[in-house]
Amino acid sequence: MDRFEGRYEDGDFTDGNALAGPLREIFAVDLTTASGRCAHCGAEGPVAALRVYAHAPGLVARCPSCTEVIMRLVRGPSSAWLDLRGAVSLHIPLGVE
Amino acid sequence: MARAAVPGGLSRLDWRVARLVERRAETPSAGTLVLDVPGWPGHLPGQHVDVRLTAEDGYSTQRSYSIASASDGSHLELTVQRVDDGEVSPYLADVLAVGDPVELRGPVGGWFVWRHTDTAPVTLVAGGSGIVPLMAMVRTRRAAGGKALFRLLYSVRTPQDCIYADELRRRAREDFGLDVAYVYTREAPDGWPGEPRRLGVADVNTHAWPADFQPACFVCGPTGFVEAVADILIALGHEPRRVRTERFGPSGP
Repeated sequence: MDRFEGRYEDGDFTDGNALAGPLREIFAVDLTTASGRCAHCGAEGPVAALRVYAHAPGLVARCPSCTEVIMRLVRGPSSAWLDLRGAVSLHIPLGVE
Repeated sequence: MARAAVPGGLSRLDWRVARLVERRAETPSAGTLVLDVPGWPGHLPGQHVDVRLTAEDGYSTQRSYSIASASDGSHLELTVQRVDDGEVSPYLADVLAVGDPVELRGPVGGWFVWRHTDTAPVTLVAGGSGIVPLMAMVRTRRAAGGKALFRLLYSVRTPQDCIYADELRRRAREDFGLDVAYVYTREAPDGWPGEPRRLGVADVNTHAWPADFQPACFVCGPTGFVEAVADILIALGHEPRRVRTERFGPSGP
C-alpha cells in the first residue's frame, strides 16, 4: 500500500496514519494514536483520522469535521518544522510498562 | 485490557538497510517483496514502514508501505502496487533485484492495528491493494492461533486484480472462523451472483458483522472507497470509534 504515489487532484487526501513515520522521526512515541481537539470546531479524534494532504510542500493535516488546518509538518535537509496551530491539545497514550 | 507498547515504540526512528531475498508476482500490477531486515523488532498487523530510495546524485524520496506479513523474525513482506507514473513503486516493482539493498524505517503506526489477543469479532473491508494490511491481520490470526471471528469483504475491479487470490481461497477453507466475500466493480467471474457494481449497503449488511455484535471494523483502500464504506458502517449503527480506517491515496477501484 502506498499513500503518496500517483497523481493528486485538488481535494485528494490520505489520512493521519501517513504521519506515523514522519512524526516518529521527531517524537519517541507513536503520535497517530494520540487524541487531539480541534482549536476551530472542538471535535476530538485520533491523529490517525486527520485528513492529510501530501501534495503540498510538506504534510498538511486537517480536521475531518471542519477541515481547518490542525498541523503542518515540513522536513528540510537538516531540520523539521512542525506547526500545531489548530490543535488545542494532544492526549498521548504511553503504553503499559 | 492492558495494551502492550507498539513494537518499535519508545525510541527514535532510524533507517535500516534491508535486502530483497525473494519476489513474488501477485497480479499483473502488484508484486510482493520479501525483505530481510537485520534486527527487525517485530510488528503488529496493520503497521507500515517508510521506504527510502536515494539516487547517486543524493536526491532522495520516500514512500509508506503497509506490511503484508505476520511478524516472523527478520523477514518482512511488502506488497507493492505499481503506479505507472509513480516515483518509487515502479523501481520497487521492476528494478530492485534479489540481493539489492533498500532503506526502510519502522514499524510505525499504532492506530490501524489488530492484536491477536483481542477476541471481539472483526470486520475487514478492503478496496484494491487496501487488502495488504488486512492480509497481515488474517495471517497473524492464523500464525498466532487467534480465535476472533473474521469476516473479510474485498472489492476488486476484476478477478485478475485480486491480490492473494489463491491464499485467500485456501484460508477461507482452512482457517476456522474466517469468511471471505468479494465484490467485483468492473468484471465478475462466472457464477458470481449479480452484476459488477460498487460495494454498497447491501454488501456490507450481508457480509459484515452486525453492529449489535460490536465488532472491530478495519477499512482500507483508496480515499473515496474508505469514506463510502465508513459512512455505510456508521449508518448501520457501528460506533465511529470502532471503525478504523486507512486511506492510501487518490484513485478509486
